[in-house]
Amino acid sequence: MKYSLRNKENRSIFRRGIIDGIPIGLGYLAVSFSLGVAAKSAGITPLQGFFASLLCNTSTGEHAVFTLMGITAAFAEVALITLIANARYLLMSFALSQRTDPKMSFFHRLGVAFYITDEIFAISIAQNGYINPLYTYGAALMASPCWAAGTAIGILAGSILPDRAVSALSVALYGMFVAIIIPPSKKDKKVLTAVLVSFAASFVTGILPVVSQISEGTRTIILTVVISALAALLFPRKTESGGEK
Amino acid sequence: MRNWIYILIMTAVTFGIRVLPMTVFKKPIKNAFIQSFLYYVPYVTIAVMTFPAIIHATNSPVSGAIALVVGIVAAWLGAGLFPVAVISCAVVFIAEFFV
Repeated sequence: MKYSLRNKENRSIFRRGIIDGIPIGLGYLAVSFSLGVAAKSAGITPLQGFFASLLCNTSTGEHAVFTLMGITAAFAEVALITLIANARYLLMSFALSQRTDPKMSFFHRLGVAFYITDEIFAISIAQNGYINPLYTYGAALMASPCWAAGTAIGILAGSILPDRAVSALSVALYGMFVAIIIPPSKKDKKVLTAVLVSFAASFVTGILPVVSQISEGTRTIILTVVISALAALLFPRKTESGGEK
Repeated sequence: MRNWIYILIMTAVTFGIRVLPMTVFKKPIKNAFIQSFLYYVPYVTIAVMTFPAIIHATNSPVSGAIALVVGIVAAWLGAGLFPVAVISCAVVFIAEFFV
């Protein structure tokens, strides 16, 4: 087996993945705690939060869906918002597939794909040559349980913690969102424009008389599709390899 | 029960998105519009979900707004995901002593 742990080199790659996964796991613990606090107010149980996080590994997707769960949205709306909120993983998966040994087995492809998050993708693709699934598994072994446990703890502790602490912790997730969108905005004025337009449009559609009656999830979908399509038309990107993060 | 169905749907869709390119579509995307569209999608979605939601998440809208501004400045100056998340929380905690 090409990716067997009996191989010494593979073992060292796996170990490196574990080490690189530790800081990611610590970050996940804090952010998923905040996600759990939000989930608690939507009426989600710790067990549900734990499994949702273990199975989905996505801050934006889970946050959007938890919000919808709180208002018993339609199943189709949940499927659609998941698709939109996680569309970037499609790109990342494309990028990873360009760096995958064509001979890599179907099951390893499934395994690597399952753990595509912003952070694990970033460190996996930063490795030289073909990606080694064992590296990704090592990182996921540290990060994924932290993400799941943090969510459950957030739901449990959300009711124990004083109101002021919950208020403070509830912005951790948004802080992370900001940290995801600002660096590319700084590098690329087109992204900055798209981000500022999104802020403004989201604010305006939230207070306009008729439009604000549309559910938050649906508004997010519509705004995302419209603004991204406009940005793609007005500021097309030069087509190069799919190595965009 | 309904919540578990939601979670199942989210799991299936999320896994599908991640797995399809890795397993089925192994060719790079050529269409410039789709490539550009997919490039902007994550930033636009996250931006839409962040504002004005952040000012409704805290006890006082003012503290949420300050956290947003400070978070943007910190990220602009190069702080990573975890530091920005912590800074935002600290800002709200401190600001709510005053507002």
